[in-house]
Parts: sequence; structure tokens; C-alpha cells
Amino acid sequence: MKLVIAYVQPHKLQDVKKALYDARVFKMSVTNALGCGEQKGYHESYRGVQFEVNLLKKVRLEIAVNDDFVDETVEAIVKGARTGEIGDGKIFVLDLAQCVRIRTGEVGKKAIG
Amino acid sequence: MGLVFSAVLNSTVLAGEEGPSLEGIKQSIDTVWVLLGAFLVFFMQAGFGMVEAGFIRAKNTCNILTKNFLDFCMASLGFFLIGYGLMFGDGNGFMGLDGWCLSGLQETKDGLPLYAYWLFQAAFCGAAATIVAGGMAERMKFHAYLIYSFLISAIVYPIVGHWIWGGGWLSNMGFVDFAGSTVVHTVGGFAALVGTRMLGPREGKYGLDGKPKVLAGHSIPLASLGVFILWFGWFGFNAGSTLGVSGGATIARVAINTNLAAALGGITAMATVWKRFGKPDLSMAMNGALAGLVAITAPCAFVDPWAALVIGATAGYIVIRAVELLDNLKIDDPVGAVAVHGFCGVWGTLCVGIFGKAALGLEHDGFAYSANPMQLGIQMVGSVTTIVFAVASMWGVFKLIDITVGLRVSREEELRGLDIGEHGMEAYGGFQIFSTS
Repeated sequence: MKLVIAYVQPHKLQDVKKALYDARVFKMSVTNALGCGEQKGYHESYRGVQFEVNLLKKVRLEIAVNDDFVDETVEAIVKGARTGEIGDGKIFVLDLAQCVRIRTGEVGKKAIG
Repeated sequence: MGLVFSAVLNSTVLAGEEGPSLEGIKQSIDTVWVLLGAFLVFFMQAGFGMVEAGFIRAKNTCNILTKNFLDFCMASLGFFLIGYGLMFGDGNGFMGLDGWCLSGLQETKDGLPLYAYWLFQAAFCGAAATIVAGGMAERMKFHAYLIYSFLISAIVYPIVGHWIWGGGWLSNMGFVDFAGSTVVHTVGGFAALVGTRMLGPREGKYGLDGKPKVLAGHSIPLASLGVFILWFGWFGFNAGSTLGVSGGATIARVAINTNLAAALGGITAMATVWKRFGKPDLSMAMNGALAGLVAITAPCAFVDPWAALVIGATAGYIVIRAVELLDNLKIDDPVGAVAVHGFCGVWGTLCVGIFGKAALGLEHDGFAYSANPMQLGIQMVGSVTTIVFAVASMWGVFKLIDITVGLRVSREEELRGLDIGEHGMEAYGGFQIFSTS
């Protein structure tokens, strides 16, 4: 079992969701995130004073998958989120020690299902 | 009013003059009344701002409020420089041709000080301009909006105004629009239609299958506040349009009709949306109240309260169906400006010819009282010609802007929000807005 964590541009979320659905990945959690990386920030001004915003808005997706689904999931996220510009985001794949479905008490592969 | 009366009395007594003339007292009271109306109509600007801000996404809020703020500034300037002259100056049936910058005009107009009259009319002009901001929200360039708002308030609105309120050809024909269902709302609503059509839908409004998607407004509390402010301001909009108190019977009639139409608009809109979609959607019910207000604006002085109920109730139904229709025609109007002001402006104008009474100052009885369709026919002519003129001239204005400075922001800017793109500033600094559309 793996946990796929992806940070993508907020406005690409719809495309990522669609690509994941097409790859038959229907389960995910999405949260707001702020982050900085290679993409430089932008300037805002407030009452005449300029300041740089370098923590940019991203969304974070977490998807727990069985091993045979990892590649498809990652490919789908890349397909949905990619524009080719700096700032498209990153994907991390982690080992997942355990997964429990609260309603039934199922564990492991079955619980991810 | 008692206070005003005694103030007038005191000032003349202290000055050692003879007693105040009845005419002088009448003008004083009327001036206070019309200025009160002007101030209320000005406050509607806040109502429009809140409604539009509430009905759009958080990332464009600063942008829409800047547009609402600046268009009143631009309208004040444009209506002072040439708008008033085009609307009320002496000229021909099509437009006025003198009174630029208010120079060379008589000190009073219709028994009111010119400056009070101007302020009242300028507030109306600002209302017509600001309607369009909502329809074109979330994707129109800011400097394009500034140019647009100057042109509509300096030229397009005053010309239609001249036809109807400035002694032009429609008023000579017997066309009646008491407080502006045609002059303000039809013009604003159809200008919004042209602009919205030319801009195209917002990014993500339509799926690949062509079905409309929800781009939900970010603050129902703000939108509600806006609707209450508009309803409140509308008492000045309609009752102030009497341009005088004259005994009080007319302003009382106008006020009760205004209120009843708004109430019934809200009720039927909520009932309609409840029946069609299963839930009483507040945003649509509020659109319904505004629809009732727009519709009663033309006939408010010429109809009985029962007719106001019918007019408002019908408007509440029209607005819901119009929102659905426009959505399906891929005309993406985020706040329902076209449905509320355009469609219901036309409905209200026709209502003068249906429910109006000769006993209340019309030339002909409405269709509901006599078999004579004369007034209704005249109202139709006025409505259609206003629509044709508004659509044609605003098409020219928006096309010109599109060719020269561009009308729509880039896709990237739209996705990120116009607050950052146009103003480099967020409406909700320090808050994390969860945006998925």
C-alpha cells in the first residue's frame, strides 16, 4: 500500500479530478495548502506599499492506493496538473503501513478498496 | 416636514421680511424630498456592490467593488460634463443639445433647484451604469470597465433618458415610465446582456458536455445585505421620482406599491425555485424581490396596490425562468443582472399599459380596465426601441473597447482571480479561501 501526496495548482484541481476519475481512482482527500518552491512569488501592494508574496496557494491531494494502482494514479495526476510551467507542483509516494476502514473494521488492501 | 416648515418660517421672520410665500415653502419641502430621494438612490450603489460581491467568488471581490465604486465616480463626471445636457438640454426629439456642464441653464427645473434635480438624476445614471458590472463580473478588464462606465453615463443613458424624461419623441407619443423601468433598468440590463454575450462565459462555467456548472457566490450574507439596501434605497428611487410631495397621496401610493411588488416578487421567486429545484434557494428569492422592484418602477404611480401584487408576483416568476433560459443559452450572467433588470424592466414597462389607470394620470386606461390597447401599444414601442438602441450602441461601445484595449482578462489571470491580477490586492487578506472552481 502506498500513500500518494500531490501538491498542484488550485485551478488545475478540476482537471486532476477528471483525470483520476478516468483512471478509476475515485477516492481522495483535498486540502488547502501554501507553499513555495522554484516558482517565484508575485508582488502585491497595499496602500502604496509593495510586498512580495512568496507562499503561494496550492491544493494538496492525498490518495491511498494499492501497489498495483500507484503508477496509474501518478500518471493521472501528472496528466491533469501539468501545464509545463514552473509551479505545476510535486508528487510524493510514501509507503503506507496500515489502513483501517472505521465503519467495518476492515484493514489493509480491503480497506483501501 | 414640520421641522422644515418651521425652519423656513423662522428664517424669513428673522430676516424681517413678509411671511413666506406658499410657493417658497412648497419648493423647500419638495427640495428636501427630492434630495432625500437622491441620497437613498446613491445608497443603492452600496446595495449593488454588496449583491454583486456576494454572488461572485472571493478571488474577484476587490475587483467588483472597485468597479462599483469607480462607476459612480465616472457617472458623476460624465453626467455633469455632457450627460445632463444630452438628457435635459433643449434640442430635438432625439437628444438635448445644450446645458453642457450645467452652464446656461435656468436655476430651477420642474420647480426644484437645478442642483437638486441634477443630483437626483445623476444618482439614477450611476444606477444604470452599475447594473452592468454584475453581468460582466469575474472576467472583464478594469480599465475597459472605466471606459465603458464613462460612455454609458455620458452618452447612452442620457439619450434614452431624453426620449422619455427630457421631452423627447417617446414622451411626446404618450410613453410613460414613472421611475425608470425602461430608462434605467432596461438600458442597464440589455447593456449587460450585450457585454456578457461578447465576453463569453467564465472559465469553467460550462462543462465539456455544454451543461452549465455551479460557480457559487462566496457570501450569501453580503448579498442579503445588498438586497435589503437596494429595497430600502428603492423607496427613494420610486417615491422620489414624484419630484415633489404635493399632498402626499402619490408618494404614499408609490411607496406601498414598491413594497408590495418587492414582497410578492420574493415570494413567487422562492415558490418557483422551490417547486422546480426542490429547495428554497435564498439567492434566487432575493433576485425575485429585486425583479419585483424593477417591474414596479415604471407603473408605481399609476396602479392600485392589488396590481402591484400581480406585477411583483409575475416578475418573481419571470426572473427565475429567465435565469434558467440565459444559463442554457450560454450567456453567463453571474448575478442575474440581465434577468432582473433587462427582462423585468420590460415587463414593468408593459405593466403601465396593462394595469395603469387614467384616473391616476395616464392618457389612456390600461388594458385591464378597458379594451383599448393604445397605452400598451405605446409602451411596447418604447420598450422595443430602447432595447434596439441600447443593444446597438452598447455593442459599438464594447466592440470599440475590445479592439482597442481589450475587454477580457487572460485565462491565467481569470483563474487566479482579478483581485491579484488587476489590483494586486486581495479582498480577504490573511484568510485562506478554499477555491475549487
